Amino acid sequence: MSAVLTSPPTPRHQASPGLWTLAWRRLKRDKIGMVALVVVAFFLLLMIGSYTGLIAKNWAKEVGVSYANPSFMAGAENLEAAQAATKDTGAKVPFVDLSDIDPLAPKYAEWEKRTAEIKITDTPRADTLLFGGDKWGRDVIQKAIKGAETSIFVGLVAALLATFIGTVLGGLSGYMGGKTGDFLEWFYNVFTSIPYILLILAFAAVFKRGIDTIIFILAFTGWTGIYRLVRAEYIKHASREYVKAAQAIGATHTRRMFVHILPNVSHVCLVQLSSHVVQFIKAEVILSFLGLGVPVDSVSWGTMLAEAQSELVIGKWWQLVAASVSMALLVTAFSMLTDSLRDALDPKIK
Amino acid sequence: MTPGDTNMDNLLEVQNLNVKFRLDGGNIFDAVKGVSFDIPRNSTVALVGESGSGKSVSAMAIIRLLPPEQAIVSPESKVIFNGTDLLTLKDAPMRHIRGKDISVIFQEPMTSLNPVFTCGDQIAETLRLHIGMTRKQAWGRAEELMNEVGIPNPKLRMHSFPHEMSGGQQQRVMIAMAIACEPKLLIADEPTTALDVTIQKQILDLIAALQRKHHMSVLFITHDLAVVGEIADHVVVMQGGEIKEKGTAKMIFETPQHPYTKALLSCRPNVESRPKRLPVIDDFMRPEGLRPENITQQTRGYTADDQIVLEVKHLSKKFQLKDGLFKKREVAAVKDASFKLARGKTLGLVGESGSGKTTVGLTLMRLHDASGGEVLFDGVDLLKLSEREMMKYKRRIQIVFQNPYASLNPRFTVGQILLEPMVIHNIGANEQERVQMAMALLQRVGMPEVSFYKYPHEFSGGQRQRIAIARCLTMKPDVLICDESVSALDVSVQAQVLNLLQDLQDEYKMSYIFISHDLAVVKYISDQVMVMSDGDVIEVANADDIYLNPQQEYTKKLLGSIPKGWQGEANAKAA
Repeated sequence: MSAVLTSPPTPRHQASPGLWTLAWRRLKRDKIGMVALVVVAFFLLLMIGSYTGLIAKNWAKEVGVSYANPSFMAGAENLEAAQAATKDTGAKVPFVDLSDIDPLAPKYAEWEKRTAEIKITDTPRADTLLFGGDKWGRDVIQKAIKGAETSIFVGLVAALLATFIGTVLGGLSGYMGGKTGDFLEWFYNVFTSIPYILLILAFAAVFKRGIDTIIFILAFTGWTGIYRLVRAEYIKHASREYVKAAQAIGATHTRRMFVHILPNVSHVCLVQLSSHVVQFIKAEVILSFLGLGVPVDSVSWGTMLAEAQSELVIGKWWQLVAASVSMALLVTAFSMLTDSLRDALDPKIK
Repeated sequence: MTPGDTNMDNLLEVQNLNVKFRLDGGNIFDAVKGVSFDIPRNSTVALVGESGSGKSVSAMAIIRLLPPEQAIVSPESKVIFNGTDLLTLKDAPMRHIRGKDISVIFQEPMTSLNPVFTCGDQIAETLRLHIGMTRKQAWGRAEELMNEVGIPNPKLRMHSFPHEMSGGQQQRVMIAMAIACEPKLLIADEPTTALDVTIQKQILDLIAALQRKHHMSVLFITHDLAVVGEIADHVVVMQGGEIKEKGTAKMIFETPQHPYTKALLSCRPNVESRPKRLPVIDDFMRPEGLRPENITQQTRGYTADDQIVLEVKHLSKKFQLKDGLFKKREVAAVKDASFKLARGKTLGLVGESGSGKTTVGLTLMRLHDASGGEVLFDGVDLLKLSEREMMKYKRRIQIVFQNPYASLNPRFTVGQILLEPMVIHNIGANEQERVQMAMALLQRVGMPEVSFYKYPHEFSGGQRQRIAIARCLTMKPDVLICDESVSALDVSVQAQVLNLLQDLQDEYKMSYIFISHDLAVVKYISDQVMVMSDGDVIEVANADDIYLNPQQEYTKKLLGSIPKGWQGEANAKAA
């Protein structure tokens, strides 16, 4: 909304609830929607916490033995950890005195003195972790939280970008129609004629691995659905009388498109945004699972699931459960929130 | 009569009907409060009221077509049809009654017919379902029915799809379906509201004729008392979910008791008189002594010394339609229209739908591009100006649209709606001044200042139309085009808005182009009237001349179709 049309200087004593206030009131009455909102908010807080380093900062630290058991099944045998321990001792080679021919021999005493000054604290590796550990003994819960950060961040930013592209192109195409509309329609048709997965894989193969690449890929392949919906909305609204009335008072095209029509279709964009967040979180997981996703030095739910493949064979199920349960929880909550949002934002306000 | 008593002379008795609606947030809205009325056999009962009066809800409650998840019909309500209470009937027998013994015609024929089946199919289906005719019998009977409701060449039209027919013909098909099973009761819910005046007359005549021929009863729901006067035996007047008055048509029209009925009868402009100010409901609700006796008549018409603001010469507008794959077909919406508009006067533009009257209005404002002709505004041809040059003139010609529910942006507060044109046209020195001007205008159009902070959906149709008018006034236009601006409003509200328009014209010396299909309203407000049909200008003359002494056949036909209202018992339908 333009600057001149914001709140008038007089105090807004009798201000009436606008669309968003009314929608919020409706949403508050929707129990499922509120529960979903709480879950989503919880995940977002986790994400922010992990991003700022408040929690899961040390996710990469190898705090437990390899494949540490979850603490609720401490007694279960852990062959991998035992094997690793024996490997350590087995590595010691029998001592052979070579000091007569060793050119470095005179320095040993000095080095040993200096080594003694450095304190080596061999961190005791825990046998069990709260929800188990992975191959390198990293805490699965911390990993899941860090993975959530990556996955949600990718999903949110990619969905925001896709919604932006879809809305601008859809608005242009729907409002302008004619040649502009035709051109954008052709572009859309050509774009969607390429199989979706192929397109993603092609993009992923060309660009170097990284979070920004994934966001780019998802946004640039995912705007098409939003484009269609927004375009349809704009076609519908462009012929409405209130837009004609705006034309009659001399409002420019840009003004009609963004100041008049956009607030009337914004609920569509919002619902699309939230459904695309879900879709993109899943897409990121799939990409990372296929090895085309986030780089090796970071973790996401997708890389966790990829690791879980080989772990499951040796009966270590906790990483799979941690990643899939947290993903399922968020995705379900987000989908339900989307449904509730759609109901709350139903434009049939009388 | 005490509830429970039934009189065998009555086909349907509605006793103490109460309908509540569940609203958002657990609120309950009383739509119908204790309504009781009877429909005698072989007669027409009119249920009259303005929007929100509960008339349609009552009718839908009778045939149980209210949405069950929202509507609650209270248990003490009774609808006795032929001795059975419809409200306690099981679903299966109710379905049998609905469509066979009681059938309904709705307001919008286009949306009531299924677009993918031919009209013949749809009539025949009713016959097969309810009477169990064979396919062949049903088809034959359907053809007879098409003939009976006056569709020309029924054999051929049986195969027509709904979109291939005009609105009037679609409504005839609806009527054919409704009477197919020889119902005892026909419920007609605003059947002529969406139709042109000439078609309205034909449909009303048809319903009256069918009622007599088939000895059925008709429950006719409408907001228009003038229509009722021509066909009803009994009238029930409703307001706010309650019955205000009921009686025979003679009683209601000649000796109305309730002030609301009196108000309804006199708010609507008629072609015989032209008071300076139309009476509104409030005048009648006040204590007896305060009623203004404003019988002062207004004289209208162009005079020789009128200053001409707008002169239109040979205006034409063609639309290009695609015909086939590559061919294009031109349709002339306006052909060679010429007229003059004088300062402070009103030009009425009348015609039926498709006559091009709205196109004229939109072309003048360059909301459509004209195909030819000139629009001289203070000597400047508006059609030749560039977009930039046109901006100066845009504020001087403004338009008020038909639908007050669609013409205000639902996401803007009234304040934003009023400030926007001032910002675009640099009116007012600063924000403060603009807000003050907006507040003053709100008061001028009769809206409280707090409206500034509210959203359009919080207002009724009439109030929204006032806001739309205020939006135009912010730019102080010389010419205001009213495109069916009062057509969507209830009669009582319509009178208020017409009074407001007249006051504003007197105050600001604005010129109006008043586009309407309603001849009575046009007669009331116009100095000069232009009659259009199929894009042609049929006749232009001073308002009084055209109504007293129409020169053209079409004008005569149009004037002849105006509902006459109550004409005394002699002219009422033969009993």
